Amino acid sequence: MAMRVVTRTRAGTITGVAALALVALGLILPAFAGRSVIQDMFFILTMLTLAQVWNLLAGYGGLVSVGQQAFVGIGAYAMFAGVILWGWDPVPAILLGGIAALALSIPTAFFAFRLQGAYFAIGTWVIAEVTRLMVAQWKALGGGTGTSLPREATSDILGVATVQALFGVREAAARDILAYWLALALAVATIGAIYWLLRNRLGLALAAVRDNTEAAKSVGVDARQLKWAVFLIAAFVTGLCGALIYMQTARISPDAAFSVTNWTAYVIFIVVIGGIGRIEGPIVGVIVFWGLQTALADYGSWYLLTLGLIAIAVMLFAPRGLWGLLSERTGLQLFPIRRRLVDIGGK
Amino acid sequence: MIWVDTIVQGILLGGLYALFAAGLSLVFGIMRLVNLAHGDLIIFAAFGILLIGSATGLHPFLAAVIAAPMMFGFGWMLQRFVLNRVLGPDILPPLLVTFGLSVALQNGMLEAFSADSQRLRAGTLESASVDLGVVTLGWMPVLTFATAVGVIVVLNAIFYRTALGRAFRATSDDPVTASLMGIDPKGVFAMATGLAMVTVTIAALYLGMRANFDPSIGPARLIYAFEAVIIGGLGSLWGTLAGGIIIGVAQTMGAAVNPEWQILSGHLAFLLVLLVRPRGLFPRAVD
Repeated sequence: MAMRVVTRTRAGTITGVAALALVALGLILPAFAGRSVIQDMFFILTMLTLAQVWNLLAGYGGLVSVGQQAFVGIGAYAMFAGVILWGWDPVPAILLGGIAALALSIPTAFFAFRLQGAYFAIGTWVIAEVTRLMVAQWKALGGGTGTSLPREATSDILGVATVQALFGVREAAARDILAYWLALALAVATIGAIYWLLRNRLGLALAAVRDNTEAAKSVGVDARQLKWAVFLIAAFVTGLCGALIYMQTARISPDAAFSVTNWTAYVIFIVVIGGIGRIEGPIVGVIVFWGLQTALADYGSWYLLTLGLIAIAVMLFAPRGLWGLLSERTGLQLFPIRRRLVDIGGK
Repeated sequence: MIWVDTIVQGILLGGLYALFAAGLSLVFGIMRLVNLAHGDLIIFAAFGILLIGSATGLHPFLAAVIAAPMMFGFGWMLQRFVLNRVLGPDILPPLLVTFGLSVALQNGMLEAFSADSQRLRAGTLESASVDLGVVTLGWMPVLTFATAVGVIVVLNAIFYRTALGRAFRATSDDPVTASLMGIDPKGVFAMATGLAMVTVTIAALYLGMRANFDPSIGPARLIYAFEAVIIGGLGSLWGTLAGGIIIGVAQTMGAAVNPEWQILSGHLAFLLVLLVRPRGLFPRAVD
């Protein structure tokens, strides 16, 4: 009997088709949606990207980092440096952000990988704090109080004129649309890359290391190399995302760009509420997060109080998150990565 | 001679950090719990002392005596009903629950007490000092340091001289075997967190008398406390004091060179120690 290993399922195929349709819809969204919708979508897509990456780190790689704000901040600051100090256009300067985060992640990994578990979490946080305090000394970029992108840099961003002509909107709105498209591209590319990664040899090795490091090593998986790969990829994408977020806001300060609450706590909540260790988790999580924020927008700090309590409740009663609850009941997987043996006939 | 003064002030500041860290060290040492809400719990206790003080007109020291058993009860219940459910080999669930607690506490306090800076008024003690010729010491930092040493002596006495302490140590080393010997690890954990909240109240008392506080400053206190615990080594309370002193001295030395480097040099000292000794200076227990 001939057998074959497959990961394809019907739900997965339907998801693929639906995802293509959604992306197409996302691309033409600016044609009929107002500016506030575009800004909301930008927020959702950037948080989704950060959450997917943290999920890869913690949910698959077992690296519980509390210091991802280091890479958001350094990415954003590198983008600002490219624009303000070296006269780059903000869009290509986003790449600079990713590269800066990648460069920072190498010494960080050298240091943090010597630490285990809780020490790793606190170590990454301290490194983020050190980066924040050092960036705050960078007087050319405003020191501790921060700075804004100069008007001449934001007025002729690559592509903004085309968007203005295309939709007949004003410059500020065109800038938002451009940022939104870049966020959409980054989110889709991130999810696509993570899905591809998990279906590959690397994903199988990752799952093996996560489930039992010693057993994985005994069958020849290089756990150390894997952790390095995951950490560096995560830093790069987080840096890109940070640079993109601050291209849209056009104003930066060390306290905001290196905020542990904004770029790590919320991201962790999104992953946990949605479901850790699954690609669907952050997607569900970010929708809940945004829904709560919109519903409780008028109640100030009650919103965060509620978010914190929900995170605790989810951890206590549904540790695999909302998607985990659904998936355990129905067996539904939108992004199937489980390998199954299938009989393909023959003798 | 300016350096002698800087180092002495740093050692005394280290006492405050050790006080922040004592409860964390206890909890971390016994159940490997990374309590990310520890800093916010200190601020929470400081508001508690403030409320009791303003309601009764008592001096902060006396108000803290009333707050301490309440915080013990709070810690006991927190551990019994929430944290015990998520403790396990995976560090992620307790980390996330305490992260949630941290955000909820910060914003709850913001809603209840506003973002205004508060202070515990301790009268003449705040500015009194003694001149020793070489250095001039404020009574408040000296008292803080003495209290930190006192808290550690008492905690060590509980840890090494009492039946509860024996249960603490046994559970820390091996909860499964400890439970075979008739110890209930969950009850032990609840007592430990309750005890940690008493030290949190003491830390809150000195935090509030020495400087202004508001609902947002918890995480910064948490990070100093964690650095002290990790530098000292898992499960060693004297190590935590040493860790606090290292952070304190590094901070005052950095500040003496350039005021903007105060906090940075504390963090760098922490990273340097971990680079040489990834498990801290005096680890008692194995993780």
